[in-house]
Amino acid sequence: MAEFSTPTTEQQFAENFAQLKPVMNRTEALYESSRCLFCFDAPCIKACPSGIDIPQFIRQINSGNDTGAARTIYEANYFGNACGKVCPTEVLCEGACVYNLQEVKPIEIGRLQSFATTKVIKSGEKLFGPGADNGKKVAVIGAGPAGISAACELRSLGYGVDVFEAKAQPSGLTVYGVAPYKITNEETLAEMTYLQAQFGYNVHFNSAISSREELEKLEDKYDAIFLGIGLGKTNELGLPGEDKINCTGAVEFIAELRQHHHEVAVGRKVIVLGGGNTAMDAASESSRLGAENVILAYRRAKVEMGAYEFEYDLAKGVGVKGLFNVAPVEITGNGYVSGVKFIRTETKDGRVQEIAGSEFIEPCDMVIKATGQAKQTEFLSLIPGLKLDGKGRIMADAHTGQTSNPKYFASGDAWNGGAEVVNAAAEAKLTARGIHAYLSK
Amino acid sequence: MPDLSINFAGIKSPNPFWLASAPPTNSGYQVMKAFDAGWGGAVWKTLGVPVVNVSSRYGGVNYRDKRLVGFNNIELISDRPLSHNLREIEEVKKRFPNHAVIASLMVQSRQEWHDIVRASEDAGADGLELNFGCPHGMCERGMGSAVGQEPKVLQMIVEWVMEVARKPVIVKLTPNISDITEPALAARRGGADAISLINTIQSIVGVDLDRFAPYPIVDGKGTNGGYCGPAVKPIALNMVKNCAQHPDVRLPISGIGGIENWRDAVEHILLGASSVQVCTAVMHFGFGIIREMTSGLEQYMVEKGFNTINDMVGKALPNVLHWEDLNMKYKVTANINEDKCIGCQLCYTACEDGAHQAIKLNAGTRVPEIIEENCVGCNLCSLVCPVEQCITMEQTDSGTQHLTWKERTEAGDIPTKFEDEQAGGRHHWVPEPSAALGKERYKTLPGKARIISGETVAPAEA
Repeated sequence: MAEFSTPTTEQQFAENFAQLKPVMNRTEALYESSRCLFCFDAPCIKACPSGIDIPQFIRQINSGNDTGAARTIYEANYFGNACGKVCPTEVLCEGACVYNLQEVKPIEIGRLQSFATTKVIKSGEKLFGPGADNGKKVAVIGAGPAGISAACELRSLGYGVDVFEAKAQPSGLTVYGVAPYKITNEETLAEMTYLQAQFGYNVHFNSAISSREELEKLEDKYDAIFLGIGLGKTNELGLPGEDKINCTGAVEFIAELRQHHHEVAVGRKVIVLGGGNTAMDAASESSRLGAENVILAYRRAKVEMGAYEFEYDLAKGVGVKGLFNVAPVEITGNGYVSGVKFIRTETKDGRVQEIAGSEFIEPCDMVIKATGQAKQTEFLSLIPGLKLDGKGRIMADAHTGQTSNPKYFASGDAWNGGAEVVNAAAEAKLTARGIHAYLSK
Repeated sequence: MPDLSINFAGIKSPNPFWLASAPPTNSGYQVMKAFDAGWGGAVWKTLGVPVVNVSSRYGGVNYRDKRLVGFNNIELISDRPLSHNLREIEEVKKRFPNHAVIASLMVQSRQEWHDIVRASEDAGADGLELNFGCPHGMCERGMGSAVGQEPKVLQMIVEWVMEVARKPVIVKLTPNISDITEPALAARRGGADAISLINTIQSIVGVDLDRFAPYPIVDGKGTNGGYCGPAVKPIALNMVKNCAQHPDVRLPISGIGGIENWRDAVEHILLGASSVQVCTAVMHFGFGIIREMTSGLEQYMVEKGFNTINDMVGKALPNVLHWEDLNMKYKVTANINEDKCIGCQLCYTACEDGAHQAIKLNAGTRVPEIIEENCVGCNLCSLVCPVEQCITMEQTDSGTQHLTWKERTEAGDIPTKFEDEQAGGRHHWVPEPSAALGKERYKTLPGKARIISGETVAPAEA
């Protein structure tokens, strides 16, 4: 039985995809902020990749200084509002809250963070501005969390910044790749508008940089180039039948969902391949789109899944079933997907081994592959001297973000191989300072 | 089952919980509703020449998420005609003959006092409470706390009242005075049967940051009001104790101030009160809180083996001494239960910044460590610790020695010079002032945590 009826209107979509971390009202924020102990050298700060002074902003909320709280957050992380909503707070700040050790509910840091930032975004009150023009210019490729964070920080240091974005909207995965029940498009884009209004960087949309000529132009015109390009399309599995209609990549499926909401169709019986957080999102989203059966198929055991436990619980909570120790061998069907042929597996000495003769077909009418994203190695090969590691990740200095081509700097998924929004935001800030150090020499 | 009933200076009541003279006792309707809910008595909102009030009248002190930890008002005595109040007192007494109805009174001349005392008694009041406490509005007219602050005037008015009173007379004292026992003694000299305390404390509970005016705001302006609520209990308890301990006061005490539950009431009783009066808690939560109060008091009495309220009255008084009589040889030091510690390190900062630098942090653990030789046993760490029984103060002296300041004084063994060798802090360890610079405050900086800590930003493993 499907738990959700297929949404046919924007309102039904909003109901099915109700926000997991809705923005608090003042009373809620007051009560929750009252509980913060104001720990010394607080573990929550250390658990935050962007190092937000969490006890400080919580205390500011408690004393009615919401604007000050927003300032504290944005000083450390330009994606303050988005991170409050999309961060895996359960394993980051909230996971580190000392209340956990007393078996008391940890402080809802993420929601408090969004409370303060939402308020300031709505008010439009500017907290920051660009630094005095230093005459130098930086090109930023990619308007995702890394690119926009770098743009903000560079502007505050006085650089002229042009951001080149292949898509039509800014914020990258935050608007194209995060599950809709974590953040809405409106919230994401409002934060982007708010940042741009303060820092005044230029964003060129629908402006993919994809050729050597385009790169050369940037190299001529700009003093440094920031690569915030993220990852590419969903990995091909190389299975027979992968080209069938209704066999799609999770990244593409989610991007479609984020842009077209209830207009996106989903099968009645959906099989999601993978065991990571994106697989959990895709499965959960299929269910919320009204699929009658959603199966999450993973080639190892449940405990070996890469996804956070709470993400799996979330999917289970909306009726997703798990199918473990199975590897897909073929997508069956005649033109359209009709099922997935699996073979059972077992893990021996850490390696997945197939059990001969155990094949079976699980019928379905849609397959979503959440089996990782490809690296943009072809594009990166256009940059002279740029070194990649064995996994296709850009190699760059951990502190400055500088790559083996001194004019190029990198942060975010293209460098870290795929992490959270907060990682990209934090890294980009450091890298912007790295660029500043390099150009100030 | 323990007996909760009391006989307070001749006023009988089924339990010691009375409503204090205030808005909750403004009408017969309210008093009957309260008695119906379980209250033992009510001190009627002060009768006198009716007044005219302003709006607004109440101001609140909120602390973090708690509303009305403190409360104040600029309301005056009853603004209802005396005849209405008296008729309702009569009606209440008819329906509740065994409950205590006490008329609170405030007038000016001797004749007025005589008249109102007689009228109240005729209406059936079981006792009279003279309001010498109101700290706002009425005192400017020469009444309320203006009387309570002048022992001679207070005594004279009590004498006027005693000329005609046939029912027990309680004198309600103002805390807006340096020594509460002075008006208490004046009340005794005047012939009063009992005292009640405290009335409200002169206060400004807050200032509106936008309108630049104190709360409560009346047409953009404000005035000082009378402070009450949970926040005033410590002040009330001390004053109740002072009156209860004074060898010459020797009057029954009705304890008032910050009573919201049975524990607050028991504290007042253990320090010498034999009835208690409640107002703010009822204004906040309604008459229904009486159920928890009586049930809690009853349970406490069962557990402690008290049969009557009288068994409990003043039980804590023998243990309230003057500072000079405390044992200076008694020593406690803090002890952290490592298993219970959640690593918030509030004790560390409290001791480091707010006390005696006797707690240190160790690498590899968030559990702080007590530096026993530096610990003066002040208690601060255990007070800030958010975990029950995690930091306890353990006795570390032999328990055999006893020496008080008074004894040392008598033996001539106290510091008398500015640079005295015998000064208590002379041999205490304190860090060098210069060691204060560059401390842990800078350990974690917003947005810079990873740079400062020197950790490298390694790519996440895919």
